Amino acid sequence: MSETEEIPLWEVFIRPRNGLAHRHCGSLHAADAEMALQAARDVYTRRGEGLSVWVIPSAQIVASDPQDRDALFDPADDKIYRHPSFYNIPDDVGHM
Amino acid sequence: MSTAWVAALIGLADDHLILGHRLSEWCGHAPMLEEDLAMPNIALDLIGQARGLYTYAGELEGAGRDEDALAFGRLERAYRNLLICELPNGDFAQTMLRQFYFASFMHLFWQKVERSTDTTLAAIAAKAVKEAQYHRRHCAEWVVRLGDGTDESARRMHEAVTLLAPYTGEFFIADPEASGAVAAGVLPQIQTLQPAWQADVEQVFAAAKLALPQAVYAQKGGRRGLHTEAMGHLLAQLQFMQRSFPDMTW
Repeated sequence: MSETEEIPLWEVFIRPRNGLAHRHCGSLHAADAEMALQAARDVYTRRGEGLSVWVIPSAQIVASDPQDRDALFDPADDKIYRHPSFYNIPDDVGHM
Repeated sequence: MSTAWVAALIGLADDHLILGHRLSEWCGHAPMLEEDLAMPNIALDLIGQARGLYTYAGELEGAGRDEDALAFGRLERAYRNLLICELPNGDFAQTMLRQFYFASFMHLFWQKVERSTDTTLAAIAAKAVKEAQYHRRHCAEWVVRLGDGTDESARRMHEAVTLLAPYTGEFFIADPEASGAVAAGVLPQIQTLQPAWQADVEQVFAAAKLALPQAVYAQKGGRRGLHTEAMGHLLAQLQFMQRSFPDMTW
C-alpha cells in the first residue's frame, strides 16, 4: 500500500439534515479536493446519511498536544458553577 | 401499449446488466479502498437500472418472463448489449475510460428519455439521469487525473484510448428494433446524441492532455446478438447459480 501512503489524507464532515451542523465522520485518502469530495460521497453517504459534505486536508488541522491535556482541561473540573444546573425549570418547558 | 419495442428495451437493459457485472468484478480488487466502494456503487446503480428495464420489458412482452428470466435465462445470442459493455476490464485506466464513455452517453440518453411519451420509461429515466450524471463526473475526473498524471498513468490511458476506439461507434448505430419506439417518441433518435457526446469527450480529453483517437472501423453486432469471445465467459459466471439451481432465491 505504499502508493496509498503518498496520497493525502482528508477529514470528512457530513451534515445529515437542514439545521444541523456538519459532524466529523471519518477520513479517507484522495489525490485532491474534488476526488476527496467524491470519495466522501461514495464512502460515507451510501445509506442516505447526508445532505452536504465538507472535506478538509488532515494536515491543515491544528490539534492540541496530548501532553498539554492537564494544563488545558483540568482547571475546568472544579468550576461546577459554570454548569447551568442551579435553575428550577418549570414543568411547562418540557424537555430541554 | 405496444410490444413492438420490447427487444429494444431488453438491449438497453442488457447494456446495464453486462457492464454492471463487469464493473462488479473490481469489488475487492480496486487500487484503493475509496475506489473499491465507488466502483461497486456504480455497478449497483447500473444493475438497478437494468432491473427496472427488464421488469418493464417483461410486462410489455406479456409472456411471463420476469427480470430474473430475462437476466439469467437466455443464451448468448439472445443478449443484445453493445460490445463495449462486455469487453474485459483490462487495467484501471481501461475500466475508467470505458465507464466515462458509457456514462457520458447514458447521461445524454436519459435526459432525452425523461421526456419520453412512455411514462414508465420517463420515471426510470428521472432516477437514472442523476446516477449517470454522477458516474460521468466521477469517471471523467479519473480520466483527467490518469491522462495528466504520471508517465505510467498517461501511457496506460493512451493505450486505453486506442483499445476502446473501435467500440464507441456502436453507441450511435440505430437499433432497428427501436424504430417503432423512436417514431412514437418513446426513445430518442440515437444519432442525435453524437455531437454532444463528442463534445464532452473532447472537453475531458483536452483537460487530460489526451489525443483523440484516430477514426477506426466501428465494431458492431452486439444489438444482433453477435458478441466477442469474452461474452461467453462472462455469462458462465453471471448465470452459473440460476443455471445450477433454477429459480433459487436467497
